[in-house]
Amino acid sequence: MPQNETIAGLGLDEYKYGFVTEDQPVFKTVPGLSSDIVRQISHHKEEPQWMLDFRLKALDVYYSKPMPKWGGDLSKLEDTLDEIYFYLKPQDQMERSWDDVPQEIKDTFEKLGIPEAERKALAGVGAQYESEMVYHSLKEQWEEQGVIFESIEDGLAKHPELFRQYFSTVVPTHDNKFAALNSAVWSGGSFVYIPKGVKVEIPLQAYFRVNAERMGQFERTLIICEEGAEAHYIEGCTAPVYSTDSFHSGVIEIVVKKGARFRYTTIQNWSNNMYNLVTQRALVHEDAKMEWLDGNLGSKLTMKYPSCFLVGERAHGEILSIAYAGDGQHQDTGGKVIHAAPNTTSQITSKSISKGLGRSSYRGLCKVYDGAEGAKSNVECDALLLDEQSRTDTYPYIEIDENTASIGHEATVSKVGDEQLFYLMSRGLDEAEAMAMIVRGFIEPVAKELPLEYAIELNRLIELEMEGSVG
Amino acid sequence: MSEPLLSIRGLRAKVEGEDGEILRGVDLDLERGEVHALMGPNGSGKSTLAKVIAGHPAYEVTAGEILFEGEDVLELEPDERSRAGIFLAFQYPAEIPGVSIANFLRTAVNSRLGEGEEMDVFGFQRTLTEKMEMLKMDPGFATRYVNDGFSGGEKKRNEILQMAVLRPALGVLDETDSGLDIDALKIVARGVNRLSEADEALGVLLITHYKRILNYIQPNVVHVMMAGRIAESGGASLADKLEAEGYDWLQQAAAAV
Ligand SMILES: Nc1ncnc2c1ncn2[C@@H]1O[C@H](COP(=O)(O)OP(=O)(O)O)[C@@H](O)[C@H]1O
Ligand SMILES: [Mg+2]
Repeated sequence: MPQNETIAGLGLDEYKYGFVTEDQPVFKTVPGLSSDIVRQISHHKEEPQWMLDFRLKALDVYYSKPMPKWGGDLSKLEDTLDEIYFYLKPQDQMERSWDDVPQEIKDTFEKLGIPEAERKALAGVGAQYESEMVYHSLKEQWEEQGVIFESIEDGLAKHPELFRQYFSTVVPTHDNKFAALNSAVWSGGSFVYIPKGVKVEIPLQAYFRVNAERMGQFERTLIICEEGAEAHYIEGCTAPVYSTDSFHSGVIEIVVKKGARFRYTTIQNWSNNMYNLVTQRALVHEDAKMEWLDGNLGSKLTMKYPSCFLVGERAHGEILSIAYAGDGQHQDTGGKVIHAAPNTTSQITSKSISKGLGRSSYRGLCKVYDGAEGAKSNVECDALLLDEQSRTDTYPYIEIDENTASIGHEATVSKVGDEQLFYLMSRGLDEAEAMAMIVRGFIEPVAKELPLEYAIELNRLIELEMEGSVG
Repeated sequence: MSEPLLSIRGLRAKVEGEDGEILRGVDLDLERGEVHALMGPNGSGKSTLAKVIAGHPAYEVTAGEILFEGEDVLELEPDERSRAGIFLAFQYPAEIPGVSIANFLRTAVNSRLGEGEEMDVFGFQRTLTEKMEMLKMDPGFATRYVNDGFSGGEKKRNEILQMAVLRPALGVLDETDSGLDIDALKIVARGVNRLSEADEALGVLLITHYKRILNYIQPNVVHVMMAGRIAESGGASLADKLEAEGYDWLQQAAAAV
C-alpha cells in the first residue's frame, strides 16, 4: 500500500450525476451575448422599462471591465462565453402544486436522490430547474406571517416597490465584471422577504439544477430580513456532465436589518467543466448576525468569496466554507469581512481538500475601517492534501485602519498520513473507506452546522466522489 | 485444528527502501488461549514486530513467514488481517479529528459483517455502552473524536475498548500498560482478562517493558527480544529475573555467542 498507489486508485473526480434529462425548452436565445439578447430576455420576462435600462447599462459595464487577472485561470472563458446560451426557459408558467410538476422534472429529482422530504414536504421548496422556477410552494403559515418566497421574476412583478428599493444595492453593477454580466442577463433565483420580528423555523429551500448544454446560469437572489427577523435559506445544486465548458455566475444579495439573524447555506456540486463565479454579499446592520455556510465540490474553477459588510454597531458576520478540489479542479474560495462600525465581530472558518492535480486556494479579505473601534476578526483556514501532487495556497489580505481592532489568523496544512490510514485499516476499514472517513472528519466542524439531511447529503456526495475505485 | 494461532518463522524485516534489518530472524509460536509476554530493551524491535504482524506498509518483509490460523497473512492488506481476526493495540495510536469513536467503531464492526447484515445504531450502541462500562469509561467518551486531544491513558483505554468491541482472535498489545497509573492499569488488565474469559481461544501477545502488568495478566510464556531476535523464552519467572537483573546478562550471553 505505498502512498502513490493509495492515492491514484481513488478516482475522486468522476462526476457521478452525469445524466441528462430530455427537455423541451419553450424559448431559447441564440448562443453568445449582445444587447439584442438582453432585450429579448427582458421582453420575454415582460419586465418594466427600468429593468431593461438597468440590464443594458450593466452590459456596457461588463464590456468595459477587463477579465480579472487574479484568482483562477480565466483565459479560456471568453471562448466559452461565445458559445453558451444566455437564456432558456423550460416552461411558460410557474407550477403551483407538486402534482403539476412534469414527470420528467420529478425524474430528475429522483435521480439526484433528493429525499422526498426535501422534494415536497418541507415547506417553501422553490426548485429552480433550468433558468426559472418550475415549482414553488409556500407553506400557509408563512404567508400568514407575511413571508415572501418567490422566484426573482415574481418578486419583481408582484412586489415592484420593495424589489426596486433593494435590488442591486448590496452588489452594485460595477462591483466586478461578473456581477455586471449577471446584472445584464440574470434569470431565475429567489426573492425572499422576512417581515419585522418574524421567525421562520423551517429552512427555506431552493434546489436547482442546470440542465442544458452550453447554457449559462445567471441566477439572482435578493433577500431582505427585516428588523429582529430570523430565517435560514438553503440552496443546493448539482449539474450534469457535458463536454463543452459551462458557466455559472450568480449574484446573491442579502440585507440583514437591525437585530435580525440570517443564515444562507449552499452546497454546490458542479460538473468538472463548469466555471463557477459567484458574488454573494450581505449587508449586516446593528446587532444583526449573518452566517454564510458554503460547500463547493466539482467545477473546473470556482471563485467565490461570501462577504459580510458589517455596517451597524455590534454586527456579527460568520463564514464557514468547505471546498473539495479533485483532479483538474481549482477551488479559489474564502471570504470577505468588512468592519465598518464599532464593536463588529467576524469569524471565517475555511476547510479545503485537494487531491491529485486539484488545487485549492484560500483567499480572504479582512478590512477594518478607521472608527470601527473594538472590531474583532478571526480567520482559521485548514487545508488537507490527499497526496503528494495536490496543492493549496493561502492569500489572506488584511487591511486595518483602526488601531483598536484585533485580528487573528491561523492557517494549517495537513496531509492524510500513512499512520492515520494504517490505524483505520487495522480496524477493518478498506483503503477507500479509511480515506473517506479521514476526509469526513476533517470537514466535520463545518458539516455539523448543517441541518442533518444536508450533512448526510454532503457526506454522501463526498463518498460518491471517492467510492469504488480502490482495487 | 492443531496448528498454532500465530506462528512466526524466520521473520526478517526492514524499513521499506532502507538497508538495516530491524527484525533479524524472529521465531514465535502462540497457541490458542495463550498469553505471551514480549519484553526487551527499547529499540529491540518489539513495535516493529507488532506492526509487521498487522501489515504496516512502511515495513518490508525480506524473509520468513507469518501464519495466522495456519494461513500465510503476508500478502494480506491490514484491513484483511483485521477482518481475519488480528488486532493491534497501538503503542502510539493515531488521532483522527472529527470522527467520533462511536461512528468509527460502528464502521469497523460493520466492515466485518456482510452487506445487509450491518448492525443497527441501537444494537451497536448497546454493545458499546456495555464495553465502556466494563472499562469504567464515561459514556460521553463515545462521542469524542478518535484520540484527538486524549491523554496517554485515555488513548490506551480506547485501544482496549476497540479490542473489546471487535472481538479479535489475536490481540497484540503494544505497551498498553505504559503511561497508565495503577488504577487505570488494573482496569485495563481486568478488561483483557474478561475478554479471555469470554473467549477461551483468545490469544494475546503482550508487549511490555515492565513486569508490573504481569501481576494482573498471567502470561503462559515470556519472551525477551534483543536486537531483532527472540533471545530467550521461559515461564513467568523469566520476567522476575529481568526485573531483578535487567537485560545485561542476556546482552553478555548474546555477545558471547
Ligand atoms: N518506520 C521506521 N523508520 C525508521 N526506523 C525505524 C522505523 N521503525 C522502527 N525503526 C527502528 O527500528 C528499531 C526498533 O524499533 P521499535 O520496533 O520501535 O523498538 P521497540 O518497540 O522494541 O522499542 C529502532 O532502532 C527504530 O529506530
Ligand atoms: Mg515499542
